[in-house]
Amino acid sequence: MPYPTDYKYTKEHEWIKVDGKNATIGITHHAQEALGDIVFVDLPKIGSEIHSGKAFGSVESVKAVSDLFAPVSGTVTALNGDLATAPEKINKDAHSAWMIKIALEDPAELNSLLSPDDYEKFVAEEG
Amino acid sequence: MSATRKTALNPVHRAMGAKMVEFNGWEMPVEYPSAGGIITEHNAVRTGAGVFDVSHMGDIRLAGPEALAAVQHISMNDASRLALGQAQYSALLYPQGTFVDDVVVHRLGEDEYLLVINAGTREKDFAWVRDHTRQFDCKVENLSDAFTQIAIQGPKAVDLLQKLTDAHLSAVKFYWATRGTVCGLKNILIARTGYTGEDGFEIYVPADDETSRRVWNETLQAGEEFGVVPCGLGSRNTLRLEAKLPLYGHEISDAINVWEAGLDRFCKMEKPDFLGRAALEKARAEGLKRTLVGLEMVDRGIARDGYPVLDNAGGEIGYVTSGSPAPFLKKNIALAYVPPEFIALGTELKVEIRGQGVKAIVVTTPFYKRPKKA
Repeated sequence: MPYPTDYKYTKEHEWIKVDGKNATIGITHHAQEALGDIVFVDLPKIGSEIHSGKAFGSVESVKAVSDLFAPVSGTVTALNGDLATAPEKINKDAHSAWMIKIALEDPAELNSLLSPDDYEKFVAEEG
Repeated sequence: MSATRKTALNPVHRAMGAKMVEFNGWEMPVEYPSAGGIITEHNAVRTGAGVFDVSHMGDIRLAGPEALAAVQHISMNDASRLALGQAQYSALLYPQGTFVDDVVVHRLGEDEYLLVINAGTREKDFAWVRDHTRQFDCKVENLSDAFTQIAIQGPKAVDLLQKLTDAHLSAVKFYWATRGTVCGLKNILIARTGYTGEDGFEIYVPADDETSRRVWNETLQAGEEFGVVPCGLGSRNTLRLEAKLPLYGHEISDAINVWEAGLDRFCKMEKPDFLGRAALEKARAEGLKRTLVGLEMVDRGIARDGYPVLDNAGGEIGYVTSGSPAPFLKKNIALAYVPPEFIALGTELKVEIRGQGVKAIVVTTPFYKRPKKA
């Protein structure tokens, strides 16, 4: 699975696509594969703050609940409403089934994220 | 700390790309992504057929002139009602009237019984049975490692298995067993039992790698025309939950008694003494302090094992024993222990999910009942 080259990644399997001072966040193809059928997504409210490295919501498969970790800090500006009724969209195409959009608090935080190549290597090593 | 055990079919599951998980000391498939995963597997069992490796379950044989008396002493159901080939759901109880394990008792012969027990309690149960039947003229054997146990479950299970056996399956009623040739193997125990709430069978074949692999593969091949899928522990759990079948360590345990668990109909108090009887008599007189109910989530959220159950004022009144999405019913369901005043159907309760009380109601159980054949 080719990981979009214009995204950055975290070791918790989130992706982030930057657009100037804003960004879009979701979970990777690898994450959805590991989870299996996704049945529920719990996202923060618009206007709330997310903090780099901290949990901002959760995603649930039939068997388990997994936290979503913020790749960077920011304020939530939009939510993907589709995911409330069709969370399986994440399984179908994790890289386009975005979860939240944020206004970035500190773009410098992006520098510590993984490139597509680094993320692929990380996934391969994780085994 | 003992190493994780593997069934004979372990390499086969891995070769099929199954996601493996540790369950009560066993490495088992939780789902098969190539087959479509938990939801697909679950629905295949409800509408067609699914095949499960349940070799992690244990088997204890009691045989001898006093085998029936031995079974009657340790098991709460009445085994004297079992005709040859008949089976019954039961439980082994501690003197306190709480559960050592739940069990299916098969009458295999004139003086021969087979107890099918849980994977996680194999050693405990065998020690228990052996230690509490010494006074009876009866041999107790642990046959758990002798069998690869394969469950074929679903409305098409009978058609599937009939292709592999000379036994007349239509003559075998639910919770009865027979012996026949299966995949060319003679004298195989074929039981019309299961843990899914569907019609189905469990076959007990020799546990050597070659036989196990061959029977598994032939079963899947025979099932192709019925859309059969291999099924793991994930769907096994969602299926039994929809059917309100208890899971040891959740709905039943050494801290829960028969009345609380709602398993009265499998407990024959009119039997002469059996282990746990006196305590149950006393508990019955004292009245229930908590009881098992079915919950359906009303607002968005999935109730899961261990989550607190709250009354409408937000006070904690109980807990979820098992909770999950129900793939066939397309609802989020749970079983929970609550005090008797909350058991009326339609009672509004809340389940605490990540700090929030989420609305649920008490519903009738089992959540799912298979349609009666016309």
